[in-house]
Amino acid sequence: MTPADFQHLCRLARLAPDEAKRDQIAAQCSAILTYMDTLAELDTTDVDPLYSPALCLDDAATRGEGAAPVRPDMAERRRSREDILSGAPDSDGSFFVVPRIVEGKS
Amino acid sequence: MSDLTHLTLAEARSALAAGEVTAEAMTVSCLARMDATEPRVGALLARRDAEALDEARALDRQRAERGVPSDKPLWGVPLTVKDSLTLKGTPTTAGSRILEHFTPPYDAFAVSRLKEAGAIILAKTNMDEFAMGSTTEHSAFHPTRNPWDRGRVPGGSSGGSAASVAACQCFASLGSDTGGSIRQPAALCGCVGLKPTYGRISRYGLLAYGSSLDQIGPLARTVEDAALVLQVIAGHDPRDATSAAWPVPDYTSTLRGTGDLAGVRLGLPREFYENDALNPGVRAACRKAMDNARALGAELVDVSLPHTPYAVAAYYILATAEAGSNLARYDGVRYGRRAQDAKNLDDLYTRSRTEGFGEEVQRRILLGAFVLSAGYYDAYYRKAAQVRRLIRQDYDEALTRCDALLAPVSPVPAWPLGGVSDPLQMYLMDIFTLSLNLAGLPGLTVPVGFADGLPVGMQLMGRPFGEEVLLRIGHRLGSSLGVLGQYAPL
Repeated sequence: MTPADFQHLCRLARLAPDEAKRDQIAAQCSAILTYMDTLAELDTTDVDPLYSPALCLDDAATRGEGAAPVRPDMAERRRSREDILSGAPDSDGSFFVVPRIVEGKS
Repeated sequence: MSDLTHLTLAEARSALAAGEVTAEAMTVSCLARMDATEPRVGALLARRDAEALDEARALDRQRAERGVPSDKPLWGVPLTVKDSLTLKGTPTTAGSRILEHFTPPYDAFAVSRLKEAGAIILAKTNMDEFAMGSTTEHSAFHPTRNPWDRGRVPGGSSGGSAASVAACQCFASLGSDTGGSIRQPAALCGCVGLKPTYGRISRYGLLAYGSSLDQIGPLARTVEDAALVLQVIAGHDPRDATSAAWPVPDYTSTLRGTGDLAGVRLGLPREFYENDALNPGVRAACRKAMDNARALGAELVDVSLPHTPYAVAAYYILATAEAGSNLARYDGVRYGRRAQDAKNLDDLYTRSRTEGFGEEVQRRILLGAFVLSAGYYDAYYRKAAQVRRLIRQDYDEALTRCDALLAPVSPVPAWPLGGVSDPLQMYLMDIFTLSLNLAGLPGLTVPVGFADGLPVGMQLMGRPFGEEVLLRIGHRLGSSLGVLGQYAPL
């Protein structure tokens, strides 16, 4: 991983480790990714990816053995606005307050 | 009863239900034990002393009027809960500065089940930040020390829960296990720890790390105690789409009956025992447990999990990808830490996250961003998910030949604080635990002995939703070894 690659990742992740740490973290990430490259040894042609064990349950469900039930995709109101704003670093009582997004004259 | 805190959960529950001790007296004993042991162990984050005492007194008043309700199996029993689980009105930080002042407005499903069962939650337990670690040294607040040797780590990430149980501060604790975070600290602290099947316990209210890997479960001092807690927290919850609607069996009834293992077939995964990293002391303790299993009538068979050498790489690709996605929500806007004097919104995000997350969390987020980025997705993320399928198939195949697998948990006993600093070296120490999370299967750590005076645990790994089989075997094997019921010298 080049320093530019690492900088790009930091940007994507909205992280800015300080300079003293940056090189060390980049080197550690490189070593870990090199280790991860061992997976390339394995032939996985025609192997279906398994993204979640819940999908194994669905396999079972289709055989009538049980279910990971699917709920209707409908919005529901579980908590009050007051509860949701209770943890906000800054709010006006109705909305979260953030710094100006569109820069320019006020 | 001179020392209430050293009872098992089952004994404490019976004493409470029979009126031999009040809920208040039980809570007072545990809080006093916390006062006495916390300066040396550091298992806890937020404590709820005043609230817990109020709750205990309210229970005692209710008993005076109506007796102990039959639908409250944990009536008056003091417990602790890992700080990755929300507890309404109590600070919940997941061991991170980014949530330092966050107080959730709701209870996690498992926490609400404990409360409904009459349990008293005394405190939140320390953990590696966002459950990313194997030592509890990566808590943003303080490290936790192993009650058996305070110069050593308790394991992690649920190290606070394990230390709290081992130090007799409570009768059981809830942890969460993404790559071994219940089973490994349980092993290192001489506790029982159960990671249930993925989907057995609702993850509602669990601060997400790796959503396809995370599972909540109990840590306790006996197998029966873990079963009693599992009974309360298991079951379907529509608020977690991956929570399974499978029936919940009676876990404690499976612990009754004859005490042998006649007719039980245990698989020994070859790749685990052939691993050079397995410490001689741990190996010897495992051998003794195998001999006991044989003496109890079990048949031990050699099995293979051929994709084990690829498990660490596949796990850390998938876990970091999921972590990077899950932790994107911490942006300094809706809750948690916000950097001061940000120039604009982008600066607010970047500075809040950089100031709020510790180094290990940042490393994993960055790795996650890499493995999911354009050009690398197929080579890393998709490839790892394919290997995950192969690992699950390995387990399914092995479990057709036996009732459960019997394996080491950690290659070494508890190591000195600060003893492992290289992240890759630390990841490789998870080799015996994390493949089970990839497969989504249940695992139960049972203490089996000691190596150089430090606890050694083994894990039983089973078929999907086969927790009762693991509990039955673990109860019988554990009881035969004479290790359960030994307490850390504090």
